[in-house]
Amino acid sequence: MRADLEIIQQWIKPASRVLDLGCGDGELLHYLNQHKQVQGYGLEIDPDKIAHCVRQGVSVIEQNMDKSLDNFADNSFDSVVMTQALQAVHYPDRVLEDMLRIGREAILTFPNFAHWRCRLYLGLKGRMPVSEFMPYTWYNTPNIHFCTFKDFEDLCRQRSIKVLDRLVVDQTHQSRWFSGLWPNLLGEVAIYRVTR
Amino acid sequence: MSRFPADSVGLVTPQRQAFTEPLPLACGKALAQYELVYETYGSLNSAGDNAVLICHALSGHHHAAGYHSIEERKPGWWDACIGPGKAIDTNRFFVVSLNNLGGCHGSTGPSSIDPATGKAYGASFPVMTVEDWVNSQARLADVLGIGQWAAVVGGSLGGMQALQWAISYPERLRHCVAIATAPKLSAQNIAFNEVARQAIITDPDFHNGDYAAFGVIPKRGLMLARMVGHITYLSDDSMGEKFGRELRNDQLNYDFNSVEFQVESYLRYQGQEFSGRFDANTYLLMTKALDYFDPAAAHAGNLAKTFEQLQAQCLIMSFTTDWRFSPARSREIVDALLAARKPVSYLEIEAAQGHDAFLLPIPRYIDAFSSYMNRIEVSP
Repeated sequence: MRADLEIIQQWIKPASRVLDLGCGDGELLHYLNQHKQVQGYGLEIDPDKIAHCVRQGVSVIEQNMDKSLDNFADNSFDSVVMTQALQAVHYPDRVLEDMLRIGREAILTFPNFAHWRCRLYLGLKGRMPVSEFMPYTWYNTPNIHFCTFKDFEDLCRQRSIKVLDRLVVDQTHQSRWFSGLWPNLLGEVAIYRVTR
Repeated sequence: MSRFPADSVGLVTPQRQAFTEPLPLACGKALAQYELVYETYGSLNSAGDNAVLICHALSGHHHAAGYHSIEERKPGWWDACIGPGKAIDTNRFFVVSLNNLGGCHGSTGPSSIDPATGKAYGASFPVMTVEDWVNSQARLADVLGIGQWAAVVGGSLGGMQALQWAISYPERLRHCVAIATAPKLSAQNIAFNEVARQAIITDPDFHNGDYAAFGVIPKRGLMLARMVGHITYLSDDSMGEKFGRELRNDQLNYDFNSVEFQVESYLRYQGQEFSGRFDANTYLLMTKALDYFDPAAAHAGNLAKTFEQLQAQCLIMSFTTDWRFSPARSREIVDALLAARKPVSYLEIEAAQGHDAFLLPIPRYIDAFSSYMNRIEVSP
């Protein structure tokens, strides 16, 4: 399993209800379903990924979370998950608010734009960073709202959202001893668990 | 050497089942005795857990797949999806498809003889509801030794039957596949149905539904009904692509009698062809069943509450250019299932063909449908 999903799954209680926004091929939900008797739904818009979910037996709903999540009732899920998609939605703040309206807690992962490699790239080359991890150029990237650890935590503070857990990992989702020292500089991927 | 494609169920013979126990109907009347015509494809396994029920739409019937004879040119109406290796794989599933009561393809309907009078039912045939059909289908399942369907599947009016199955007999199906359908008709839907019915009822040959006694059929009315229906099955784009404003004879005639545009010619052909093979009373009855379908009515319009007793897993699919039952209508079903905390998957398939798309081999649709059906567990 993808390393960030491996971390996330530990935060999800057995037999709970999980909504996975931008669930991709349904890997997390499939695992939770098989190993934790979790009742989960994934939201996805990519037809190939939806097909993969159906093949795996994952309940998947074709819906663009960027348009609206109004069809999900308040407090109808235990956890609402969104991995590597916060930076790709039009209104990340609204999605975050929605996640905490629908679920008791929200689990998010996103790339940290303040990582030293990004800073170096931008600082030295004066151009938007392109890497293996984020292989897009500025004009065709789905990632339209990059943020940093500090930015995200600022948003949480402004909206009175409590950070329950924070993990900082590198691009292979390994947690290195040094990234804890200076997360905004050294962490490549942020994994957050937040609540109201 | 078979002359049929390798993925066809091949030659099929309709079967007939008579029932003598009266069937109580939603309208308050009952059918004292009746017959259902059905076809089956594949074989029922020893555990009896691989049966799939196919529910037909407005003008459909029991002939869903395969051919009735070597000469038959067109296979059953859902041959794109039923057969060995197809979405509903007859190597795995035992498929049952029947003609609904009130139909005009063999099951007891308005043109059948009423045993009470010795004459055709005609206008006196009771109005049927989706619920009535599901009840009659359950009785056929009993006769066939099918305690629980692996899946009940249908598109359009057939999708409504699939949903009704999940509501009426929660323990008797494991999966419900409802395609291009709606939880109830909109005022616009009912309006189109009413135009179709008025076309039939006001035909001078209709004779209040007892046209058979006069030796005529309300052909013109039926043709008009089908024409208006047909328009709603296609999308503006697909019609434009197929016909555009193309003329039949490169010139305008400045009159009202000649068929000038290709689309006029097409609609007239479809209407005429239909009026020759379909019964007017059945058309009235089927459109009424559509209008009346509203399972949430029993729960003050709360669809989620209606779905609370569901045990089946659901697959809901819609098509982007379907305006008869638009994706938004399918999403109403999905949202209610989510609110009722039921397992559901929903796909909105990009397709240009409008409502008719559910009958066509659209790759993404067929692929998802196949994947879903393949995951349904059945005994070897």
